[in-house]
Amino acid sequence: MSKREADEVTGVETTGHEWDGIKELDNPLPRWWLYVFWASIIVAIVYWVLLPAWPGINGYTKGVMGQSDRANVAQELQALRDLRGEGAARLTNATLEEIESDPALQEYAMAVGQSVFGDNCATCHGAGGGGAKGYPNLVDDIWLWGGGLADIHHTLQVGVRSGAEGARFSQMPAFGRDQMLTGPQVNDLTELVVSLSGREADKAAVARAAPIYAAQCVSCHGATGTGDQAQGAPNLTDGEWLYGPSREEIRTQIWSGRNGVMPSWAGRFDDETLKALAVYVHANAGGQ
Amino acid sequence: MTVVIDRNKRPEGQESQDRASRPPRSAAARAREKGGADGGLYKRRTPIYPKLVHGAWRRLKWALLIVTLTIYYVTPWIRWDRPGDLPDQAVLVDFAGRRFYFFFIQLWPQEVYFITGLLVMAALGLFLASALFGRLWCGYACPQTVWTDLYIYIERLFEGDRNARMKLDAAPWSFDKAWRKGGKHAVWLGIAFGTGGAWIFYFHDAPTLIRTFWIGQAPMTAYVSCAIMTFMTYVLAGSMREQVCTYMCPWPRIQGAMLDEHSLQVTYRFDRGEPRAPHKKGATWDGRGDCIDCNACVVACPMGIDIRHGPQLECINCGLCIDACDEIMLRVERPKGLIAYDTDAAVAARAKGEKAVYRLIRPRTLYYAAALVLVSGLMIWGLVGRSPMDVHVLRDRNPTFVRMQDGDIRNGYTVKIANRSFQPMSATIAFEGVAGASLKTPGVDATPGALTVTVEPNQIRAVRVLVTAPPTALPHANMPAAFVVRAGDADQSVETTFLSGAANTR
Repeated sequence: MSKREADEVTGVETTGHEWDGIKELDNPLPRWWLYVFWASIIVAIVYWVLLPAWPGINGYTKGVMGQSDRANVAQELQALRDLRGEGAARLTNATLEEIESDPALQEYAMAVGQSVFGDNCATCHGAGGGGAKGYPNLVDDIWLWGGGLADIHHTLQVGVRSGAEGARFSQMPAFGRDQMLTGPQVNDLTELVVSLSGREADKAAVARAAPIYAAQCVSCHGATGTGDQAQGAPNLTDGEWLYGPSREEIRTQIWSGRNGVMPSWAGRFDDETLKALAVYVHANAGGQ
Repeated sequence: MTVVIDRNKRPEGQESQDRASRPPRSAAARAREKGGADGGLYKRRTPIYPKLVHGAWRRLKWALLIVTLTIYYVTPWIRWDRPGDLPDQAVLVDFAGRRFYFFFIQLWPQEVYFITGLLVMAALGLFLASALFGRLWCGYACPQTVWTDLYIYIERLFEGDRNARMKLDAAPWSFDKAWRKGGKHAVWLGIAFGTGGAWIFYFHDAPTLIRTFWIGQAPMTAYVSCAIMTFMTYVLAGSMREQVCTYMCPWPRIQGAMLDEHSLQVTYRFDRGEPRAPHKKGATWDGRGDCIDCNACVVACPMGIDIRHGPQLECINCGLCIDACDEIMLRVERPKGLIAYDTDAAVAARAKGEKAVYRLIRPRTLYYAAALVLVSGLMIWGLVGRSPMDVHVLRDRNPTFVRMQDGDIRNGYTVKIANRSFQPMSATIAFEGVAGASLKTPGVDATPGALTVTVEPNQIRAVRVLVTAPPTALPHANMPAAFVVRAGDADQSVETTFLSGAANTR
């Protein structure tokens, strides 16, 4: 079925195969190509000897060079730890204030903090720390638990309602859902809270809600609604609303009392990383 | 149905019959036939044995060889005092530190346009020189020419001049041939290593590197670069020589566009030389040209060409054939300069019996000169007016602005200040465009007007600046603003915007 013949035009012999009248010329391989082909076979054999190559049933051929990607990664990680050791030691030995006032150390802490923040905090607080509904904005000067270096450092260590020992804890009751207040009462209270930040509100409703506020809210939010950072009670007068500024959103918060959770990071980061993160958050917010 | 159109099909007749009758042949076999008698896909190199000449151009070339090699080897060892930990090497390409030092000039990677300008100047200079005087660069200054010249000098030391070398190559292997060849290659390798070794000093502190290089503590790049340069020098100057110019270098091809009939170049004055013929002593010179067809110009040529064929791509204008011919002309008592720097136009004019006209000033040379002056001027202007400070501002994009407890609006920026000087720089950062804005940077107390920070010498400092403004100062949600940074005499203004959101404007 295959018939080798000399091609009429070029004079080169064909392979004898024919597809729809198209025949293939049997030109020899270029010499350089052939050499490369043989050279690549030799390279492959050398490779088998030197490097891990053939899979077996209980393992693989290890090769005489002792190459192992796993070992290399471990080595590089160790090298990275050694490289960071010096900076880490400087962070460990300095107080938070010292870190922030020394430009070089601050720059180092900011770099560490930025990368740690991006990996761990940005999910909730946003890449730039701008926060989101239910997740506090970290770059303004409004703080639930205090914006000082030590306050931030402590919040990072223990978390908020994290279940960790010594965690920061506060609770907004679910006044409506738990039937502590009736629907109309919650409506009136909403008007009062709206009026606290200087917005237009129904004056009659505010007057009706005043005794309720005095009975239920003053202990945490204070008589004038300025809150209390010691117990994590939000300031209601600053126009910043963690769960949204609209009447519906404020009413929902009074009715259901949502309480967000921030994890405790003490066991997850080493001390110098926590310090760097605290400095980063503090400096980014302008530093109180 | 498939229709096969065969473009190779010849008309019926002698050719197709001719082909059909031949035995089958491979493509490689056909290529070998085209390659010439030697076979192979490529043209084989014809060995060239340039003969030593004596004369003005040869002396000039020796002098330039010494000068250029001296510059190459000595430059990295020149010291230039710089303050602090900065390198004290006058010329240093510091890749690790990302700086380029050249005596009193120090360039940052951001200023790579100065290097671009330098390359443009070099190109224009080359254009101008070529249009005026032919391939001066190729013949006298190109490293390929200089090192090849040096290698041929070494070759001559071991193997003798042209005839001796040809005889040695033709001779069977013997002890004499072996030590001559071996010695030559050993010295060549030594020079190649010296070349590669000097190269790496441009990239690291030379006195340190020359010590660490021998004890295995130099950077890997130094060893690799040295090895590559050694190998390239040995191969390019030792065995490839004229093939680099003829086949590898683009410049001979670009030449054609630079040269015209008024460009001075090494020229055989055929008006005077032709008709050429051998000359017997005492015979008359009447009715014949001055060229006695002695081939002295051909055997002297390091490119292996015959200059009498006119300007050629291979000719590097080294002038050695001028020296070779002048020697002969003196001997046969004819005027020198049968081969000389001349223009095609002049030779053609003389051939027609007219007066030769030399035109150095032509539109082409004027354009090249004007472009060169322009670019040089721009470079000098750029270098003279170069500020020791460079400022860039990045504004926060997330969040774009923050509302503070008291209703003020705050925007965050990162101001990057580069201190290109060798002294610490005290920079004052001011914010313009928003009245009553106050500036704050972490670790420094807020100031209403301006912040002052210190930037270390030869460093960039990124300063995070928080700008706070009351709503009364913000008539628009988007306010054009600018950071003005002052340090000593230098000041720079960088435009940015202050965003507040429509709800926060008054």
